[in-house]
Amino acid sequence: MKFAVLRFPGSNCDQDCLRTLQDTFGAHAEPVWHKETSVAGYDVIILPGGFSFGDYLRCGAIARYSPVMAAVREAAGRGTPVLGICNGFQILCESGLLPGALVRNRGLHFICRQVHLRLENTTSPFTRAGRAGQVLRVPIAHGEGCYLADEETLDRLENEGRVAFRYCLPDGSVAPEGNPNGSLRHIAGILNGPGNVLGLMPHPERACEERLGSTDGQLVFASLLESALTAVS
Amino acid sequence: MKIRVTVLPKSSVLDPQGVATAEAMKHLGWGQTGRVRIGKVIEIEAPDGRPDDEKLHAICRDLLSNPVIEDYTVEFSA
Repeated sequence: MKFAVLRFPGSNCDQDCLRTLQDTFGAHAEPVWHKETSVAGYDVIILPGGFSFGDYLRCGAIARYSPVMAAVREAAGRGTPVLGICNGFQILCESGLLPGALVRNRGLHFICRQVHLRLENTTSPFTRAGRAGQVLRVPIAHGEGCYLADEETLDRLENEGRVAFRYCLPDGSVAPEGNPNGSLRHIAGILNGPGNVLGLMPHPERACEERLGSTDGQLVFASLLESALTAVS
Repeated sequence: MKIRVTVLPKSSVLDPQGVATAEAMKHLGWGQTGRVRIGKVIEIEAPDGRPDDEKLHAICRDLLSNPVIEDYTVEFSA
């Protein structure tokens, strides 16, 4: 199984993703520059966090037009798992691969700290190693992570089981105190219709080693690797 | 000619920058402050004259604004 970790000018979590995949999971992962026009041969595509193009215009607005994104769109259409983390999530929303938008945090501050997430979907290739309601401790690091969409879109996401992660309190209960950025319905991560595109603001790749304070983020990568095994067998 | 595109958050979207700025205006003694919205202005030089409307609106819709959260207006000047 081969992972592509896209690199845009201003990406800064690409190394975290590569290290996690290579060192923690012994997986084959390679960086792919945003000017590439093909992602052929990769089984999973990751859009890492950072500040692509300096967050100029809007977060993710310029990266969305990078040459590689046409190939990502095509791969997503064929069912290849595409994972957008933080700025990667913003790029996926800007590109229309995921609905809604991410705007300035409700409290205006850039927030960098551990949060708790409740796992809401356990059928996607990114979450199938978990159990519904499981609480994960994973860091966030963003200034524009407040998820917005119209009521109709939010209802559709809920009804179709496409809310993958929700911000919560340590005991798993969902309450305003557990929501760091004002995201509607406490949404931290969502899936596309077929379930092969996931965007989330928290950084699972920064929660895969004991010394980083949590290994809960392993769930996402373990699920992807498990999905590959299932596909082979 | 110049094209001036103004992008503002949709009225249905909470604009925390606008709220914070309105608060500061009240602190400065302007008790009448209503809602404040903060957006951006993009000035584009068009040496070849007014571009095709359809193309211009496609650029405003697909790149300069995000229709999920923002509205835009276009003005032309010499």
